[in-house]
Amino acid sequence: MKAKIRDILAKHGRLPVSIDTLGDQDDLHAAGLTSFGSVEIMMALEEAFNVEFPDRMMNRRNFASVAAIESALQSLMHPQAA
Amino acid sequence: MNVVARISPTGVEPGSISDDRKAADQALVDKARIISRTIGAAHAADVDEKARFPQEAFDALKEKRLLGAMIPAAYGGDGASLAAIADICSALAQGCASTGMIYAMHQIKTSSLITHSADSTWHLDFMRRIAAEQLLIASATTEGGGVGGDLRTSVCGVDQQGDIFDLTKEGALISYGAQADAILITARRHPDAPPSDQVMAALTKDQYRLERTGAWNTMGMRGTCSDSFTFIGQAPAEQIMTRPFAEIASQSMLAHAHLLWASVWYGIASDAVARAEAFVRAEARKRPGTAPPGALRLAELLALLQNMKSLILAGIARYEGAKTDADELSSIGFVVAMNSVKIAASQAVGEIVTKAFVICGIQGYRNDSPHSLARHMRDAMSAPVMINNDRILGNTSNLLGVYKHDPSLLR
Repeated sequence: MKAKIRDILAKHGRLPVSIDTLGDQDDLHAAGLTSFGSVEIMMALEEAFNVEFPDRMMNRRNFASVAAIESALQSLMHPQAA
Repeated sequence: MNVVARISPTGVEPGSISDDRKAADQALVDKARIISRTIGAAHAADVDEKARFPQEAFDALKEKRLLGAMIPAAYGGDGASLAAIADICSALAQGCASTGMIYAMHQIKTSSLITHSADSTWHLDFMRRIAAEQLLIASATTEGGGVGGDLRTSVCGVDQQGDIFDLTKEGALISYGAQADAILITARRHPDAPPSDQVMAALTKDQYRLERTGAWNTMGMRGTCSDSFTFIGQAPAEQIMTRPFAEIASQSMLAHAHLLWASVWYGIASDAVARAEAFVRAEARKRPGTAPPGALRLAELLALLQNMKSLILAGIARYEGAKTDADELSSIGFVVAMNSVKIAASQAVGEIVTKAFVICGIQGYRNDSPHSLARHMRDAMSAPVMINNDRILGNTSNLLGVYKHDPSLLR
């Protein structure tokens, strides 16, 4: 799942650095992820994982790192476990 | 729920406003109303003509201790609700729109300190100073070098060495920069950080100098003295706010800016309608028994004014319901709602002043009649370009790929 997320970040994140230089916990916002970039990623994630982000989950915190995106996706795909 | 570390103004539950709070809020609004009628309105024409700072009004606001109105009582302020601050902005703008706008901008800065200072002793002390010394706070978020009005991007960066940092920002448009006692300024976290990785620092007047690079000579809102400056400052690192600017922007600035600006514009619109009312009444007195032609237009205008008022009050209610919930505050739905208040209110004020203008006819067109709407018209024209509506619509449209509006009426 992380590999797929990284792939999407590389294609749609518009990050000024390569995603390969960042760890799973590294702050994507500090790496230059803009709010416009997070919307692009969100759309790509919805498409790739066949999920829909509810309004309350579309926030900065859920897009702060690769790990945060993964946990947000998991809570969407397995709501009972969240 | 990700709770915003907000300092509770009075200790009461967020969202509920007690009777004591309401009475205290009303007392603050009443003070502002008197200042607006007696001092703001008296100097408005001169402030406008000379494009000068409304010094008399701000001397009075400081004397009545209204600059610390929003600061929690625990820090020496009055803990006023956003609704009360909005009403003060509107009341001040009814006498002098520049006074209302400067007061609004000061409170927008104060709201960021209130919302984001919980883990910083320096900033909590700074809030005490604002209340005790009635400091006027300005903002330096714009920048030359291709950034312009995009406050979420910086060219300059914080140059930190040990416990001290240096910051130079070029081409910043700083409203009442020369008159402010302190400035909240944005910059990259460090000079090599990406343009979007920003922090905000609070510097007091003794810690920076401003070199004026351009004068504010505009159609309206002339008293805000929004000159262009190069800001050169140095201060202890503890004065950099601990939360990233992106959070400050979305959790305190966005809502306060759009709602308080809209309240200022409501003040302009409301005074324009008052002038149209006075004109129609004067006409009616001249010809008893017949309704003047403007009366019908005035009835129409009152519906538009009510529409604008409802828009702002619904926006304030939405903020009150969201303010302690960081997830809700930074949700796309909330951003779209606040952006929409700005767009709709900035369009409404122009429309209302124009219609009032038609009612007052040549008396509205004159600069020297009691029904003159010339200044209102020019001040209202700032609304759609103050953070350009097309920029805001562009931001909102970027969100539409993932945002679906909530169709319910009561939520």
